[in-house]
This record gives sequence, structure tokens and C-alpha cells, in this order.
Amino acid sequence: MKEIVRVAAGQGFWGDDLDAPRRQVEGGQVDYLMLDYLAEVTMSILQKQKERDPALGYARDFVGAMESVLPAVVERGVKVVANAGGVNPPACAAAVKAVAEKNGAKGALRIGVVSGDDLLGRLDQLIAAGHALANMETGEPLSTVRDRVLSANAYLGSEPIVEALGKGANVVITGRSTDTALTMAPLRHEFGWGAESWDQLAAGIVAGHIIECGAQCSGGNCLYDWRSIPDLANVGYPFVEAKRDGTFVVTKHPSTGGRVSVQTVSEQLVYEMGDPHAYITPDVIADFTTIKLAPDGDDRVRVSGIKGKPPTDKLKVSIAYRAGFKAIGTLVYVWPDALEKAQLADKILRERLERLGLRFERILTEFVGASATHGHLAGDQRNAPEVQLRFGVRGPDRAAVERFTREIAPLVLNGPPSVTGFAGGRPKVEEIVAYWPALIDKSVVKTRVDLVQ
Amino acid sequence: MKVRLVDIAHARSGDKGDTANVGVIALQARWYEVLKEFVTRNRVAEHFRGMIDGEVDRFELPNLNALNFLLHGALDGGGTLSLKTDAQGKVYSTALLRMVIDVPDAEARRLELPAAK
Repeated sequence: MKEIVRVAAGQGFWGDDLDAPRRQVEGGQVDYLMLDYLAEVTMSILQKQKERDPALGYARDFVGAMESVLPAVVERGVKVVANAGGVNPPACAAAVKAVAEKNGAKGALRIGVVSGDDLLGRLDQLIAAGHALANMETGEPLSTVRDRVLSANAYLGSEPIVEALGKGANVVITGRSTDTALTMAPLRHEFGWGAESWDQLAAGIVAGHIIECGAQCSGGNCLYDWRSIPDLANVGYPFVEAKRDGTFVVTKHPSTGGRVSVQTVSEQLVYEMGDPHAYITPDVIADFTTIKLAPDGDDRVRVSGIKGKPPTDKLKVSIAYRAGFKAIGTLVYVWPDALEKAQLADKILRERLERLGLRFERILTEFVGASATHGHLAGDQRNAPEVQLRFGVRGPDRAAVERFTREIAPLVLNGPPSVTGFAGGRPKVEEIVAYWPALIDKSVVKTRVDLVQ
Repeated sequence: MKVRLVDIAHARSGDKGDTANVGVIALQARWYEVLKEFVTRNRVAEHFRGMIDGEVDRFELPNLNALNFLLHGALDGGGTLSLKTDAQGKVYSTALLRMVIDVPDAEARRLELPAAK
């Protein structure tokens, strides 16, 4: 058994630095490369792509990432775990296999494909069987938006990934699995942690939480002493060096920018945190109040002390549904009296929408440069050199939103003075795909692992 | 003595649906007790009055010298529904750091807290 297992993060979301995966496997020794592609509404975008072309529906960036790390996987035995499968893990596996063959590595990959998370085809049957899939925030049953649902996926835990690795996979592709499982599963596989090794499983989850957003724990987006963080242009993505007892070190490769310190890791630990006593995952509930951090040399933080307890009998389900349309228009008003001019433009715009008889679920005005993000806390901004009027509408009627988009530009000539910043043209109408979080009994979700050679 | 939170803490925020979370971390371990005593749930709710629609929850993480706040109804519906610039609550962290707390002089001196300018 390896004494230390290194799991490196190469992608914190779909759209992250394309070169990071390669830099992670070439910058020093790592055993596993973990790539997280799926944000909450990504699945619905992928579902739309799959509807247009049944061979799509996965994170296509992953194919390029695999191509860039292929030498490390084939020659040095680095294994890859990614949730790039989206709503079509088999198609993703086929694309990866094809790119390996194109690069002369035919037969070198054993791709474990995890499925079973996709509940879209089973929704009516599940609802009929009494699973309300009520919205965790509002309590409403899913039946209220059923006809507008685009995708529905259960968040899977570590078990199918561990199973795939146990079957000899060197690349594991999942659909909707929890971000943290992508890191914890390799550790569980390597160290043989049992299903009830609560503290170790929780440690693996915390390791996953720390590195799942990529460089956000290694100097990116770090407020603490931000001016002193070196060379963010060449920021080092993080990896963990874990031991069997569940303790681990967070670090990054030498000669990379950024920083790993108690402060950078602390900021990431509190990111998107709910109740710190109960970070709930399918495998274990981790207690973030037990985490101990200590400096361990340059760009190294030791993490220990983590406690876990048994999970619930539910899985979280991520459902995406069509929720109407929105558009946001902007104009920039300039000194003197920039804010006052923007406020008058807002008043005029509201009157015109009213006169046109346009009705919206929601209208929101913000004054960027004065109060958009800090509200009244920002204080008196009447002397601001410029203020952006940012005017958004949302509603079920596409035509009404469309009509609104024609009302911004006229203000330039028929509204308050000293206005600019309209070169972008009419605002774009966007269809809203909203997120519906729900819970479902674990017993109804059956996972499956296939090996593609 | 008046003390600005931005001088004694750093912070990061994120979202969960229509809820923003703000984790506030003391710049020095000994200043955690100041956060714990003065940055109360009510004080934070008061600070954000008019900016959020829901309640505030507060959790203590003495192991990280940190407090975690949940600001419910902070994101205009959250996610893709929200029309806000900060739809994902990324910068509520710094909005909380605008808070100024009033610490008794003796305690402020003992802990060598920086005074608000």
C-alpha cells in the first residue's frame, strides 16, 4: 500500500484554465488527477446539447484535457477521475477512447463509466410512487413544474468510483457525482477505508472541498494579504498528500505562483459553507468544526483532526427546469450628478414600461459604482465619477421581455444627459434554466459501473 | 473604541440557492473572541437590513478562528433567476467587513486592536 497518495485538482468548473490539468501532471509527482466540471445548472445545458445531438451531452473540454495528460496516464500511471460525463457518460468515454487511439495509445485506457444518476426518464414513475421531490428551499412539490423539467440527476457518492478503480480503471468518468467524492474516492480506494470509517471518509470529503474549486485554495480569490500573493499568472493548482489515517497536506508544485497557507485554506473551507457541524454527503457527514490546520513549511498546510458521522438515507437531486426569460440593460451616466441622472433614467424607464402595459415577475434596478453590491453600506456616492444603470426584468412572457430590450437605447437621446456605454447594442433575451434542489430515498437510485477498454 | 471589521478579519462568501454565506476569519487568533462577542446574529441582521429578505443564521468555528453567517433571501432568488450583479453572493464578504464594532477601550488595548481611522 502506498504510504502517501497525491490527488491533484486540475479543473474547478467547466471553463477553468485549459492548461491546468497538464501542468498538474507535469509539475511533479501526482497519483490522481481530479477534474470537476459540473456546476448546478451545467447538467441542463448538457441535456439541451444531447437533445440536439445524441452523441453530445458531456463536458467536451475533458477530451482536450485527456489528450494533454495522456502521456502521464499511459507512461507514468497517473489516474484520472472526472465528472465530465454530464448527462451522457458513455458518449464521453467513447470520445476519450477515440482521442487516445488518435494519439497512438489504443488499448492503453481502461475507462470506468459510472451511471445511474440520471433520473429524468424515471421522474413520472417516481412521482407516481409518492416521491414528491419537493424543492428543498420552498417545499413545493416537483409536480408544479414537472412539464418544464429539463434534467434531473441524483448526486452520487464515492462508491461507484471506488468500484470502478477496484476493477482496474485508470480513467473514471461520472455524471452527477458530488464534487468532493471525486477526491475522496481515490483515497478510499487506495487506503481501503471501509464504508463506516467515518473519520477517514470525512477527511477525504474535506480534502475534496478544499481542492474542488482549483486555485481558489492556493491564492486565487484570496482576500488575506492579496497584494503579496506572488505570480498569479502562473498560479499553482492545489493537490493533497494524504495518509491512511486521514490526515493530509494541501500544497502545490514548486516553481508555481500563488500561495498555500492557513489563511488561503481557511478562506476556501468557509466558501459555500452551511451548518459547519453537518456537511452532508452521500457517504458521510463531516464536521468542519473539528478541522485542524497547521503550517507545514512553504506552501504546505497540514490538515488533521477531522470527525465524521453516518450519512442520511437520502440523496440530493439536482433538477433543472425552464423558468421564463430575462434581460438586463445597462447605460453609464457620468459626473456631475452621475447617480442622480441614473436614478432619473430608472424612473423614466419604469414609467415607460408601465405605459406599454408590460408586466414582469421581477424588475431590479442597480446602480453599479454606487450601491450594486454593498447597498446602503457603501455610503454617499453622489459624487461618483460615473454610475452604471443596470436594469433587469424577468417574466414568463418572452415577447414582453423582448419589448423591454428596445427601451434602453432611446434613453440616450430622450433621457437624462451625460450618458454613454451603449455600444453593445440591445440587451440579449435569455431563457432561464433554474435549479430545483430536492431529496430522494437512496434506495431508489441504482448505480452502475461499466468498463470501456 | 471603534474597530473596523476589515482591519481585524478576512472573509469569503458564496451561495446556496437564495442564501449567501459569509465566513469571517480573524486576522489574529486572539481576535477571534472579539468577533465572537461583537459580531452577533442580531448585529449582522441589522447591518444588512434592507439588503436581505430573510433571517440570519450564525455558526462558530473556533478551530478556524471563524464565524459563518447564512444570509437568507440575499440573492434576489439566487442562481440563474437572480437579476443581481452579485447573483452568487461572491462579494457579500466584503459588505460584512464594512461593519464597525464598538469594543471597550480596556479590551481593545489588551488585544492591541487597530482603531478605526
